[in-house]
Amino acid sequence: MLIKKAPDIRSSEITPKSLYLSRRKFLAGAAVTGAAAAIGLGLRETISPAVTAYAGNKIDGIRKSPFSTTETMTPYQDVTHYNNYYEFSTEKDEPAQLAKNFRTRPWKVKIDGDVEKKQELDIDTILKMAPPEERIYRHRCVEGWSIVVPWIGFSLSELIKRVNPTSKAKFVEFTTIYDPTQMPGQRRNVLQWPYVEGLRMDEAMNPLALLCFGMYGEDLPNQDGAPLRIVVPWKYGFKSAKAIVRIRFTGSEPENTWRLSAPQEYGFYANVNPNVDHPRWSQAKERRLGEFYKRPTLMFNGYGDQVASLYSGMDLRKNF
Amino acid sequence: MLRVFKSLAFLACLAPLTWLTWKGFHSRLGANPIEAITHFTGDCTLTFLLITLSVTPLRKLTRQFWLIRFRRMFGLFAFFYGCLHLMTYVWLDKFFDVHEMLKDIAKRRFITAGMTAFVLMIPLALTSTQWAIRKLGGKRWQALHRLIYFSAAAGVIHYIWLVKADLKKPLEYAAVLGVLLAYRLVAWIFSAAKPMVPRAEIGATRT
Repeated sequence: MLIKKAPDIRSSEITPKSLYLSRRKFLAGAAVTGAAAAIGLGLRETISPAVTAYAGNKIDGIRKSPFSTTETMTPYQDVTHYNNYYEFSTEKDEPAQLAKNFRTRPWKVKIDGDVEKKQELDIDTILKMAPPEERIYRHRCVEGWSIVVPWIGFSLSELIKRVNPTSKAKFVEFTTIYDPTQMPGQRRNVLQWPYVEGLRMDEAMNPLALLCFGMYGEDLPNQDGAPLRIVVPWKYGFKSAKAIVRIRFTGSEPENTWRLSAPQEYGFYANVNPNVDHPRWSQAKERRLGEFYKRPTLMFNGYGDQVASLYSGMDLRKNF
Repeated sequence: MLRVFKSLAFLACLAPLTWLTWKGFHSRLGANPIEAITHFTGDCTLTFLLITLSVTPLRKLTRQFWLIRFRRMFGLFAFFYGCLHLMTYVWLDKFFDVHEMLKDIAKRRFITAGMTAFVLMIPLALTSTQWAIRKLGGKRWQALHRLIYFSAAAGVIHYIWLVKADLKKPLEYAAVLGVLLAYRLVAWIFSAAKPMVPRAEIGATRT
């Protein structure tokens, strides 16, 4: 196969910028072709390619998990340079560079809502709540691509048990940090900031739902959601909120960001489901990064044994 | 001299493809090369459509009338990159599954729009020869080739409908197309108001 990968050049940028240039030139009346502009920009990118960002710190005492898949893991380079992280950029290859100096310490997580122990937890307190486990999960994006990632963390239920939600808590809501000074993507209203996601209480308590702070044996890189994110492997990737600063327990269904943005396209549940198409594309197949042919998408992303019972009796076409 | 310029322009038009191929062979298309190829060829198609549409306003505004000699080349390159873009879809996305593609075209409006944009380019590419212009006659040929307005519009709509949330880039294309089409509207209104323009100018104003 002639196509390989090493994503240190922003191919997706070249033409739009050349168009930008050519538009100015059109308007100025100068006779310059867009192709020439494309070459110029191309050369500039060759001369100063983006730098690879590594989080670096090894995490000690990682345990193996029975939930891990034995499928081939996606290379670290791809998982750290192909990120849907709109807080930094809508271009997937840009968060690696733009998140390089993102500050993950000090970091507090506010626990509030229908919970007995309302508090502000320090990130380092949270990390000590339970021993770190490696969970090698399939991760399926709503856009039709997938990866296999060795996340590190522990079940979200470990944290929830320690803060004692009240009987009124039916849902749990996660809020991403809002800091436009550090997150250039938040300076434009592409989505409604801050990013909010949510789970039903029983989903959050399912042992598969991961509170995550590392991957590939190391601290979580900034562009992958450091210092704290959730990973919900049977749901589309956008459910797995990154850089969490608030966990709120509530009686009503949280209004998650993508659903607010396009309610006919993104639901609250967002379970991976090959039988329910996104209105604009099929979800029957997916492209695993690094593979040429598409592979069939599995119901609940292959985690049906653990989670199908959560949705018995529900119309998954309606609750997409 | 013009021959030299034409050869240079031809090479410049091939530069994006050369660039893409070079990146492909040097593993520089990112984690999802097929997506990168799809986006790149799509951007090239739209860019060349807009370059083609900018020839007439440019030559009128700058009075560099020789620019018309390049229009066909730009238009055919738009078609060429459009073919590559369609091929990435047919081959690398759908793997020649005709049934899947027909379902897609019927069901997904951004595919419908993109396919419309492409299909509208076919008669233009086919009638791009001197022979076809003579055969059709200048007036009819010109009328037929106004299809490019609709092709470019469908192409921009295709882009607008396909993005998830960030409309910045498709709206940039839309803005340029808007300016280029507005120029024609204004030119047409002026030419209609001033019937005394020399004959040779009338056709050119309306292109």
